[in-house]
Amino acid sequence: MKIVGLTGNDAVAEAMRQLNPDVCAAYPITPQTELMEKFASFAADGKVKTEIVLAESEHSAMSACIGASCAGGRVMTATSANGLALMWEMLYIAASYRCPIVMGVVNRALSGPINIHCDHSDSMGARDAGWIQLFSENSQEAYDNTIQAIKIAENPDVLLPVMVCLDGFITSHTVERVEVLDDEVVSRFAGEYVPKYSLLRSDRPMTFGPLDFHDYYFEHKRIQFEAMEKAKPVVRDVSERFSKLVGRPFGVLDAHKMEDAEIAVIALGSTAGTARGVVDELREQGKKVGLIKLRVFRPFPIKEIVELARGLKALAVMDRSISFGGLGGPVFGETRSACYGAGVNVPMVNYIYGLGGRDTTFEEIERLYGEMETVAREGKQVDAIRFLNVRE
Amino acid sequence: MATLKELAKRDDLLSGGHRACAGCAMTSIVRQILLVAGKDVVVGCATGCLEVTTTIFPYSAWRVPFIHTAFENVAATISGVETAYRSLRKQGVLNKEMRFIAFGGDGGTYDIGIQALSGALERGHRMLYVCYDNEAYMNTGVQRSGATPFSANTTTCPVGECSTGKPQFNKDLTAIVAAHGIPYVAQTTSAHWRDLTTKVEKALNADGPSFLNVLSPCVVGWEYPSDQTVQIAKLAVDTCFWPLYEVENGKYRLNLIPAEKKPLDEWIKRQGRFKHFYKPGGEELLAKAQAEVDRRWERLLAVSEKPQKQSK
Amino acid sequence: MSKKEPGWKDLTMSGIIEEAGNAQKFETGSWRSDRPIWDKSKCTSCLICWIYCPDSAIMLKDGKMVGIDLQHCKGCGICAAECPVKGKAIHMVPESECELV
Ligand code: SF4
Ligand code: SF4
Repeated sequence: MKIVGLTGNDAVAEAMRQLNPDVCAAYPITPQTELMEKFASFAADGKVKTEIVLAESEHSAMSACIGASCAGGRVMTATSANGLALMWEMLYIAASYRCPIVMGVVNRALSGPINIHCDHSDSMGARDAGWIQLFSENSQEAYDNTIQAIKIAENPDVLLPVMVCLDGFITSHTVERVEVLDDEVVSRFAGEYVPKYSLLRSDRPMTFGPLDFHDYYFEHKRIQFEAMEKAKPVVRDVSERFSKLVGRPFGVLDAHKMEDAEIAVIALGSTAGTARGVVDELREQGKKVGLIKLRVFRPFPIKEIVELARGLKALAVMDRSISFGGLGGPVFGETRSACYGAGVNVPMVNYIYGLGGRDTTFEEIERLYGEMETVAREGKQVDAIRFLNVRE
Repeated sequence: MATLKELAKRDDLLSGGHRACAGCAMTSIVRQILLVAGKDVVVGCATGCLEVTTTIFPYSAWRVPFIHTAFENVAATISGVETAYRSLRKQGVLNKEMRFIAFGGDGGTYDIGIQALSGALERGHRMLYVCYDNEAYMNTGVQRSGATPFSANTTTCPVGECSTGKPQFNKDLTAIVAAHGIPYVAQTTSAHWRDLTTKVEKALNADGPSFLNVLSPCVVGWEYPSDQTVQIAKLAVDTCFWPLYEVENGKYRLNLIPAEKKPLDEWIKRQGRFKHFYKPGGEELLAKAQAEVDRRWERLLAVSEKPQKQSK
Repeated sequence: MSKKEPGWKDLTMSGIIEEAGNAQKFETGSWRSDRPIWDKSKCTSCLICWIYCPDSAIMLKDGKMVGIDLQHCKGCGICAAECPVKGKAIHMVPESECELV
């Protein structure tokens, strides 16, 4: 193990180097660009065995990833925002063809207006594409998640693609202290990818991607649903094993000072780091506050969230993406639905925040906790959607 | 160059029992190509007639590895397969020689797939891309494409009181592909088996990307009796609507110069999609269509080496 | 009449078809309105019909034509149209005039 200063982009590229995929097909887009540049430099220096496909679009990049994965290769890529949106069609196909592709998603707002800064509308929009989604708080976690992602994706019971999300610029371009494992440790942890099927087996020719009518399509989707269900214990298991490997705790979520908390916030990505600081300060003031940092958004950790929400007096759910005409952002929708189903009727507020890279400061989150104190005191459900730090 | 007797010794790698229309040229094109390619290939296929008729779950007509992912991206998909192959070969995990063939219809090639095709050609993947060109979106019911000829009737540019069918000429895709400067580009038809199989062999041996644009008559969309598929394709060549030529390392070569260039009318009149050519005002359409065929033919003659042989 | 279709647990993931060329089990012969009738005595086994048949329905043995696979032949008539033999070694006959096989 060594300790180095790495940006989030560098950290993912470093993990990719150690995981040494057979193929990487990608297209540059801000803020993912430096990630691929870094990885391309590893390939140029012969530090990986990877064949890189520099595609002419993200759609083609993901198509090539799918082709390479169906040919039995370990495949990794990365993108952001509009690039992810251009891949949309292929995201669904990658998941339904059970391609264990790992993709760094350097979160950025979707146009329009065009904006290169962070929010989660890109990966949240893709939440029903059938990909496992891990969110990273910082460079360290981006690195850790990438290594775990391969292990989850390539598990024979899962065989689903994984997005490793990290916040554009905030994480992708900030140099932080990162503990990097030794190469052999990573390759031993990841293991070899043994594909179940391969197009290159011309001695056993098979047809990938047939046409389904109404008589089979539904059954095939049901199989895919099951794979995501099976991913739940696998994600937990991989977290535990990785935890043992690095001596740091990992779970589907991180419950910070939640034991006796009365007011809590759910957040993901870099904002969780800011919120953790706020919680620590408020705790010093004697306030019973806590933080639930979601690391895994798909599959959604329903049971874990419900257990933590039970007994709370108020819960704020932070969404760095917006859903128009619905009941709030995706994290809020999932959380409230999970709690309602379990009979946990804690007053809940959805905070839409940070769109297009709007700064979310320590003070803002402190104020948010303050507002939640009022909600807790009143003890009933309130007008559910609030916007944090938008000018009237 | 294999004879029919030699080809007949090889395995037919597309089974019967697929759902292509009776008399469709497309599947005979695939059969001919696979006879040359053999079994150590991976076939990629764009969404379209070929994919929907040959892979209706739980049945597949393919006796070679096959992948379909989407409509606009077969060139990208197969480039990924080819890259994985190169990677695994380089690592010594895989030893056998394989070839990679992408099939797309004209919709998946001229129109929605042209970007992925251009990108894959520019990147230089060693793959053969075959466009089976039936000159419209046939699988979904004859909508016009960039390959639809001038004034053909289609369901999205129907002939009507104020319309004489498709107002534009077909895109010259073969020339567009040739402009990429890849080692081998050729144009042929389903009905010239010797020309087609020879070109497939050249294409598969090319050290880099290769491309075949294969005219593929469609009984339903072109509106002719199903037993005339071969004749219609031959007439497209004899009228110089669809010249047989190749561009090998930048050199244009005509593979057949008809001894007597037939009037375009002979091809047009056999197809229901052009029946309005024979109503009042139709002479003008025919003259315009003929002029464009002549223009393209003259250009091809001008850029080509002298042909190897004359044919009747 | 309807045999039970496989449930989702019986199917391969993502719909991969593991058995190559199993479309062979699917009959398309019923599409035919005209049937190609082959006259072995006239046939020279030039294989023109074989190369152009879209349905892999011209049956060969040792490089010679031996018959027509009526389970898959769709009756397009290309074989009959293209047979170069004088007087044709294949004729199309309406199914209604053919004896049931
Ligand atoms: S009629 Fe058509 S399908 Fe039948 S054998 Fe002849 S060419 Fe093949
Ligand atoms: S085309 Fe005619 S002569 Fe030639 S093999 Fe077929 S049936 Fe026989």
